[in-house]
Amino acid sequence: MKTNSYLLSILVDDEPGVLSRIAGLFSGRGFNIDSLSVANTAEPCVSRITMVTKCEPNIIDQIKKQLHKLINVITVNDLTDKKYVQRQLALIKVNAQPEKKADILRIVDIFRCKIVDVGLFHYTIEVSGNKEKHDAIISLLKPMGIIEIASTGSIALARENGKK
Amino acid sequence: MKLNGAQILIKMIKAEGVNTIFGYPGGAVIDIYDALAKQEGLRHILVRHEQAAVHAADGFARANKSVGVALVTSGPGATNTVTGIASAHCDSIPIVVFTGQVPTGLIGNDAFQEVDIVGITRPCTKHNYLVKSVDKLAATIKEAFYLARSGRPGPVLVDLPKDIMQTQVDFEEPGKISLKSYKPNYKPNKKQLNKVVDMIRKAKKPVIFAGGGVIISQASEQITRLAKIADIPVTASLMGLGAFPGSDPLWLGMLGMHGTYRANMSIGHCDLMIAAGVRFDDRVTGNIEKFASNAKIVQIDIDPTSIHKNIEVQCPIVGDCKTTLKGIVQLMEGQKIEDLKKGRPQWLDQIQEWKRTTPLKYDQGSDVIKPQFVIEKLYELTKGDAIITTEVGQNQMWAAQYYHFNKPNHFITSAGLGTMGFGLPAAIGAKVACPDKPVVDVAGDGSIQMNIQELMTAVESKIDVKIVILNNKNLGMVRQWQELFYEKVYSFTSMENAPDFVKLAEAYGAKGLRCTRPDQVESVLSQGLNHKGTIIMDFIVDKEESVYPMVPAGGAITEMLLV
Repeated sequence: MKTNSYLLSILVDDEPGVLSRIAGLFSGRGFNIDSLSVANTAEPCVSRITMVTKCEPNIIDQIKKQLHKLINVITVNDLTDKKYVQRQLALIKVNAQPEKKADILRIVDIFRCKIVDVGLFHYTIEVSGNKEKHDAIISLLKPMGIIEIASTGSIALARENGKK
Repeated sequence: MKLNGAQILIKMIKAEGVNTIFGYPGGAVIDIYDALAKQEGLRHILVRHEQAAVHAADGFARANKSVGVALVTSGPGATNTVTGIASAHCDSIPIVVFTGQVPTGLIGNDAFQEVDIVGITRPCTKHNYLVKSVDKLAATIKEAFYLARSGRPGPVLVDLPKDIMQTQVDFEEPGKISLKSYKPNYKPNKKQLNKVVDMIRKAKKPVIFAGGGVIISQASEQITRLAKIADIPVTASLMGLGAFPGSDPLWLGMLGMHGTYRANMSIGHCDLMIAAGVRFDDRVTGNIEKFASNAKIVQIDIDPTSIHKNIEVQCPIVGDCKTTLKGIVQLMEGQKIEDLKKGRPQWLDQIQEWKRTTPLKYDQGSDVIKPQFVIEKLYELTKGDAIITTEVGQNQMWAAQYYHFNKPNHFITSAGLGTMGFGLPAAIGAKVACPDKPVVDVAGDGSIQMNIQELMTAVESKIDVKIVILNNKNLGMVRQWQELFYEKVYSFTSMENAPDFVKLAEAYGAKGLRCTRPDQVESVLSQGLNHKGTIIMDFIVDKEESVYPMVPAGGAITEMLLV
């Protein structure tokens, strides 16, 4: 059966071990995590986990129910079929030989990225956007020589009228 | 009032109405044991292995319909509980396990007898805690008991660092428990209840399938009523035995891999299945594609994850079994009874025919004892009123098939995890909970050796358990698979070299009896059951006997091997 990508926004108690409970649930039941991002929310003692998981359509309900069954999970919101804004952040350190610098700057400009660190032979570029944008800029920068990439998982919030 | 952590622990355990705990001391819990020695009202039973403390708490919980409690030390004491905890988790049994832990300052430093038991037991507990401050101790214990017994019950572990047990504070009663995220839904959706009644009205060949959830929610009365109103035959999983009277004409027997012919055939032919408190384990369903393939399925469960997990159902109901069944029965009572049982005579005739042609059977000759015969005699002599615990394997299946459980909470077995060594400590727990009932552990010669040391616990604490060993000098169930599916390559399943169980019983200060001939079975059983005190009855049974019917793993439930 074909697998789909699902975007889950999970509110959890901000307690030690909660992430391990969630990760353990996924590994123990053979679900997989594509990306994961965890941080505090405006509410004290509550963290938000944004997760992308790939699975067959009949499995996602079980994943959501199992997540909800964990005592430290407060809500599980499946954003996949809703309207939402989604971002991920990446830092890309790219080889910047003098003859390539103009090309790199042009790509940075087109993608509305920022250069956040400059060296004699490299630029570090900050990219924020969805996965498609990330994939696109990485494929353009590859010929220049990417030295290393650090990337966050997706984060997302539902729009005001979240229903599609 | 100034109390130290250990005293708070005992106070809170008592506040939950617990009068017995099962435990084993050690360095990290020495303060708790000190406090135990200086109190009254909480009985402590000293086991001989920590695994047994948890199984005993489990048996206690099942027999007593309450929460069982175990107390062990850190490190190996804690890791020894894991099998017991996982067993209770699989069968949704409410227990709270208190483990000692090294002092908070040493946690993470690989201290002596330190282990991350919270990490280890995360996947096999309902929830677990490491108490890091004495101020949170009382509230955590209260929460642990609440979680263990509410919703779908399960084991909860509380890890207690030694320094927290020693710290003195002004004790304050914890407030009301409020968990943002945990609110089990007991009440079913009314619309779904109407739908069930409608489905019953339309069904010609309905079956009720009762599981452990019916026992846990104490819904036997409701499920019996439901069956009687509309003449619906009832089957049960291993966990559900006793939910419906085994002597009732509507009783089909257990279903599944070693289910009765008529129960399995009913599942294959039914047009409606009302499943209550079951999770459609693979030992029940066999080939999932062919399981109840002609039926619409109603599934009642308090745990939403149980629904649609293994099998697609047409009418899911999230709710407590008792409340839900009560609701369905009430709606049915407002209906014309004839409408609810259309086509039933033909269906019940068909079932009767299956029962007539293919009953459970064995041939008891005059030379060798058949294990089934021992269980049947046990049933007769105890008038079906004993609490039966089992080990795992053939002994467990024969007990399930031939002891006709008429009441709930009388059959205590490790169903989901299938833990050998469960029966004896569970029997000890059950006997402590129900001192006036006969409690019998139906064991195999293999399983009994896995927690045999608990004989000492029983003898020391004067817990009168009866052990019936169906001794076939083999790991019988594995041997059976080897015989049927592995070309009779009996790889390491022979147990010819076994201790003399009669002498072993005597060595522990218990009594031992041996029975080698069919004509002695009744008198040995009767002598053993009437004996005051712990006793092993060692029945030397047919080595070759197998459990039938049998559905080969992955096969359709209606395609059984019969004798």
